[in-house]
Amino acid sequence: MLQEFEFLGVLGAITLTIPVVTLIIAWLLRPKKPNPAKQETYESGIKTIGDTWVQFKAQYYIYAIIFVVFDIEAVFLFPFAVALRQLPLYSLIWAIVFIVLLFDGLLYGWRKGALHWN
Amino acid sequence: MPIEIPTLNIAALTPFLAVTVTAFVVMFFELFVNDKRILGYLSLLGLAVAAISSVMLLGVSPAPAFQEMAISDGYALVLNLIFIVTAALSILISLSYLGDRALQRGEYYALLLFSTGGMMLMGAATDLIVVFMGLEIMSIALYVLAAFNRRKMGSGEAGMKYFILGAFASAFFLYGVALVYGATGSTNLSAIGNWFTSGGGDLTDPIALVGLSLLLVGFAFKIAAVPFQWWTPDVYQGAPTSVTAFMSVGAKAAGFAALVRLLMVSFGQAFTLDWQIAVAALAVVTMTGGNIAALAQKDIKRMLAFSSIAHAGYILVGVVPGTIDGVQAVLFYLMGYAFMNIGAFAVVAVLEHRVAISSAIEEYAGLAARKPLLAAAMLLFMVSLTGLPPFVGFWGKLYVFRAAVEANMSWLAVVGVINSAISAFYYLGVVVQMYMRPAAATEDGEEVVPISLSGPVTITLAVAVIITVILGIWPTPLVNLTSLAVFG
Repeated sequence: MLQEFEFLGVLGAITLTIPVVTLIIAWLLRPKKPNPAKQETYESGIKTIGDTWVQFKAQYYIYAIIFVVFDIEAVFLFPFAVALRQLPLYSLIWAIVFIVLLFDGLLYGWRKGALHWN
Repeated sequence: MPIEIPTLNIAALTPFLAVTVTAFVVMFFELFVNDKRILGYLSLLGLAVAAISSVMLLGVSPAPAFQEMAISDGYALVLNLIFIVTAALSILISLSYLGDRALQRGEYYALLLFSTGGMMLMGAATDLIVVFMGLEIMSIALYVLAAFNRRKMGSGEAGMKYFILGAFASAFFLYGVALVYGATGSTNLSAIGNWFTSGGGDLTDPIALVGLSLLLVGFAFKIAAVPFQWWTPDVYQGAPTSVTAFMSVGAKAAGFAALVRLLMVSFGQAFTLDWQIAVAALAVVTMTGGNIAALAQKDIKRMLAFSSIAHAGYILVGVVPGTIDGVQAVLFYLMGYAFMNIGAFAVVAVLEHRVAISSAIEEYAGLAARKPLLAAAMLLFMVSLTGLPPFVGFWGKLYVFRAAVEANMSWLAVVGVINSAISAFYYLGVVVQMYMRPAAATEDGEEVVPISLSGPVTITLAVAVIITVILGIWPTPLVNLTSLAVFG
């Protein structure tokens, strides 16, 4: 029984070893010549402004949640659209039910003002 | 080439679908309706449809649904009725309770219905993945409901504690599922059972047994069994009382629903050979721990929380024998518990006014003089929860203890009876406060706030009182109903 899980242990050991060994090799081989410009936080080539610890508007997460509605819709409708011609008619009805349920969620968020930025 | 569509057999899950669809409809109308109480009544309508379809399905032979993922057997359908009763009585409490606190919102009813749907799914699930789905649907809705009173710190704290510890328990459960799947090669409950009996599996397989113990931990958390009960008093106390009433019965019943099916269908042999003693030990510490902690409580909601832990212990006594009689006794107990416990919480909800009476037990002093009928109802629920005849609580205890005695585990029944005697002390403590202590003297100029009973919560109280008494005198109808609860 336990032998069947052996390969998982081996896999775990290998996945741990490879990155660690690579990092050690890189650390041994690389030249070490630090200067102030190199030590700065990398910010797409632009100098960093102000403190790193700033507050984000928490409201943003509501947009993210609403986005999930479309995300789920896409994930499930793509395979459905591909197989549409081979499916019986009632599967189309289920797809519509599915979209209606998602739409209920979107409508709820919309009416509650989740899409309104202030 | 046409794709083969799996057979769904949606008819078998009609009660679940009725509740879920109603939840969506409630959410939709929430946007357009100003008087949110209508949504409460709409929810009751949906529950009625679910109840009718459950009763109708009881007459039909059990049918698997969604490729053996769920089943509409007698066991699932009787449980459906328990969940529906719990939800309906809680909604009636909520209609009054939320209105007094300006919390009347449509989302409340939608969440409560989603949670009920999750419970039904747990009762009907025949696959560990679906059990988990039901568990999460139920729990996530309950986390939000526990935190529903946004103006109260305690409510938010309750929701947060419940959420963090609940997520922790879900992780235990999932790990258990993973190990059981690793050992047996299936997540289907009967396939796991077959693996043990004829599929070459062996009852001492370490991975399967570690998996089972992790699953037990997950369930023990949901039914609030000692030593996994620490969240219970804080969550029950902080959550709105109508929500506490709902989850003290519903979440517990749902936890037992899936636990009993798992133990009976999947681990039948392993369970009766080696694991009975583990569940028996859980039952003993749960009964004793719950009762002893309840003795020390000053707040009635905390007292009822610890009492609900003790009741989980009594119900576990019915699970231990692993017989179908034991299972039916468990269902009888849960149904009776739904009426008497929600009844008790309804009284708490009525009295827990912003100013009139808080939930401290001391403030129940002199209630008999102020509101004789309300005090009488509370007396009745307390006596029934103690397990004295002629109330339904007595028969529930009798049946679970009898199942233990018949399985040659009389010692367990003895522990249960001793615990019932201990519980009398704190239940009757409330009665002593109501009937024998005078109300605290009011200071000059302080007005005595009237206790108002509004329509819906009165219905809950009336139904709970009538059923507790009738089933106490004549338990046959419920015995007949639970005897339909067999595994398909």
